[in-house]
Amino acid sequence: MVEVRTADKLNKKFLREGMWPTIFCNGCGHGVVLEYTFWALEELDLDMDKVIFASGIGCSSRLPGYINADGLHTTHGRAIAFATGIKAANPDFKIVVFTGDGDCAGIGGNHFIHAARRNIDITVIMINNFIYGMTGGQLAPTAPLGSIATTAPYGNIEHPFNISNLACALGANYVARWGVSHPYQPIKSIKEGIEKKGFSLIEFLAPCPTAYGRRNKLGDIKKHWAWYDNNTILKEDYERIMKYGTDEEKDQVRDKIPLGVFQDIDKPGFFEAYEQLVNRLMEKESKTKGGKK
Amino acid sequence: MKYERDPKRIREVLGNKVQFILGDIACVYGGLLAGVSFFGGYPITPASEVAEGMARRLPRVGGTYIQMEDEIGSIAAVIGAAWGGAKSMTATSGPGFSLMMENYGFAVMTETPCVIVNVQRTGPSTGQPTLGAQGDMMQAKWGTHGDFEALALAPSNVQECMDFTVEAFNLSEKYRNPACVMTDGEIGHLRERVVIPDEKDLKLTERVCATIDKDKYIPFTNSQTRKNCKIPDFPTFGSGYHTYVTGLTHNEKGFPATDKQPDHEKLVRRITEKITDDADKLVSVEKMNLDDADIAFVTYGATARPAESAMEMGRKNGIKVGLLRLKIVWPFPNKLITKLSKEVDKVIVPEMNLGQIVHPVREYACDNCEVVSAPKIGGEMHLPQELYKYLEGK
Repeated sequence: MVEVRTADKLNKKFLREGMWPTIFCNGCGHGVVLEYTFWALEELDLDMDKVIFASGIGCSSRLPGYINADGLHTTHGRAIAFATGIKAANPDFKIVVFTGDGDCAGIGGNHFIHAARRNIDITVIMINNFIYGMTGGQLAPTAPLGSIATTAPYGNIEHPFNISNLACALGANYVARWGVSHPYQPIKSIKEGIEKKGFSLIEFLAPCPTAYGRRNKLGDIKKHWAWYDNNTILKEDYERIMKYGTDEEKDQVRDKIPLGVFQDIDKPGFFEAYEQLVNRLMEKESKTKGGKK
Repeated sequence: MKYERDPKRIREVLGNKVQFILGDIACVYGGLLAGVSFFGGYPITPASEVAEGMARRLPRVGGTYIQMEDEIGSIAAVIGAAWGGAKSMTATSGPGFSLMMENYGFAVMTETPCVIVNVQRTGPSTGQPTLGAQGDMMQAKWGTHGDFEALALAPSNVQECMDFTVEAFNLSEKYRNPACVMTDGEIGHLRERVVIPDEKDLKLTERVCATIDKDKYIPFTNSQTRKNCKIPDFPTFGSGYHTYVTGLTHNEKGFPATDKQPDHEKLVRRITEKITDDADKLVSVEKMNLDDADIAFVTYGATARPAESAMEMGRKNGIKVGLLRLKIVWPFPNKLITKLSKEVDKVIVPEMNLGQIVHPVREYACDNCEVVSAPKIGGEMHLPQELYKYLEGK
């Protein structure tokens, strides 16, 4: 008989006892991303002693605390740099970084771009809720034009960061963006990201009813979640309509946020390249020594 | 592929036992001897030679060198590597040291062993990049926010750059606290003879890793395997303890306890007391001519060299002057300074800053004797004659 896997069973397996309740508000998307990650880990059937989680500061960065595994909850924006060191010390580890839009695209932008450029073998799960939620609703670098934040009380005049596009431009091996109301594709993406050698980014668009939705008049939790369904579109549909659609159809989708897998390539990861370098040096030296004898 | 320290291999890479090398390179040698397997760095004068030396040698012993995107990333990666099981280090100078301050505190709070070499240059700000100074001595002790104890050594010559880097690793591993090698542009860019210690003469301390049953394990409390030891056993990532490590105030289990006063006090008192309780063991000084001295130089690092010359000039001219050189500056040798202050009439503290270590000297001299600051800034060392003038009139 096939064993039925339920969320309850997954929680028993992957949740860290003693950390309940979570810090998350009603209607927050972070728990969903955590659940997707549990499903992906379950399907990958990894040795959880060798999967290490790292995070910075912010709501999303609290996620490693809820996972029964080693976790490094670091300083604001720096998780990816910390993760680089963990991986360097033991390349057998699988490293998952949980980060947010402020943590990753704001204060941590420099570490993000360089880890992607180096193709460091880690999986970055960036939960983008368009706002600094934990600190109470300040302007994020991903905030849509015109959106309201406590530090943009008259509307945001800055252009938002498209982090997935940036990761593609940097040559990251795997880049995907998903929402939190359809489980299957994002779970598959987390799996692919963790299995992928080199740098992978999975961006999640997640509602923050408390700090973002409320201030931007997106309605109650249900309506706020619906905003994400109404304002996103599958990448393939977006591309098809923008290429073949009527002007009216194009206008309908132009401002929607595309979801999907944007990049899936296989450049050698940093640590694979480093190992080759070490082997090359060792070989050269053993030959030189042999010659002397 | 996890790094294993291979003494034979390390010595092949280091080369001859006796060499004539830069202070910065001696720090590289010290790191390699100690078994460093991760170096994260960022170029900065006058510390770049440490990164260059590591980039050349670390891959050859099977370790990992990464040039990070900045000094914040460097120290972050170094701390991450330590949790992954590596002995890890970085090297920088003033501006980079300033950038590292937040994560320096993270290493303190999470009790992470790691080594920072600071080849000090003049400041504030960009200052004089190629010139030496001792302007970061207080920063090492107070630079990150909150209460903490620092471990810092100050080499006075190239041999000590190597020896003190090894010792910094030993202290860092023992106390699970970051340790700083506070060298400077003068010593870092000085070439001198060094003798590489033989393996049998090399004393290495390794962190005590957690071995207790997983269900009994408590990560942030007194050692569970050593009696009366405030240093917790280290749960290397991957060893199955599933430790949550956070810079937030945490309870013994490692869980955030951000709104609980007793948890914070218990934690911060333990992580400071694990060092202050051992203050007597952590006194490392060199004494010269102090037995009959009326005047004493209290010095550290590069400044000890002209101070020694000034002392010799003074002795030739019949002045009873001695010298106390601090090898470990932090924790500060409080009792020793108080004792000295009762034995001499005057203490002179030459420093390449406007007076930093003179402050704890004055504090612990307790008005028992006169304490005089002998500052010099601008990237030039004190001349012996300049320091000799402080002896005259006595």
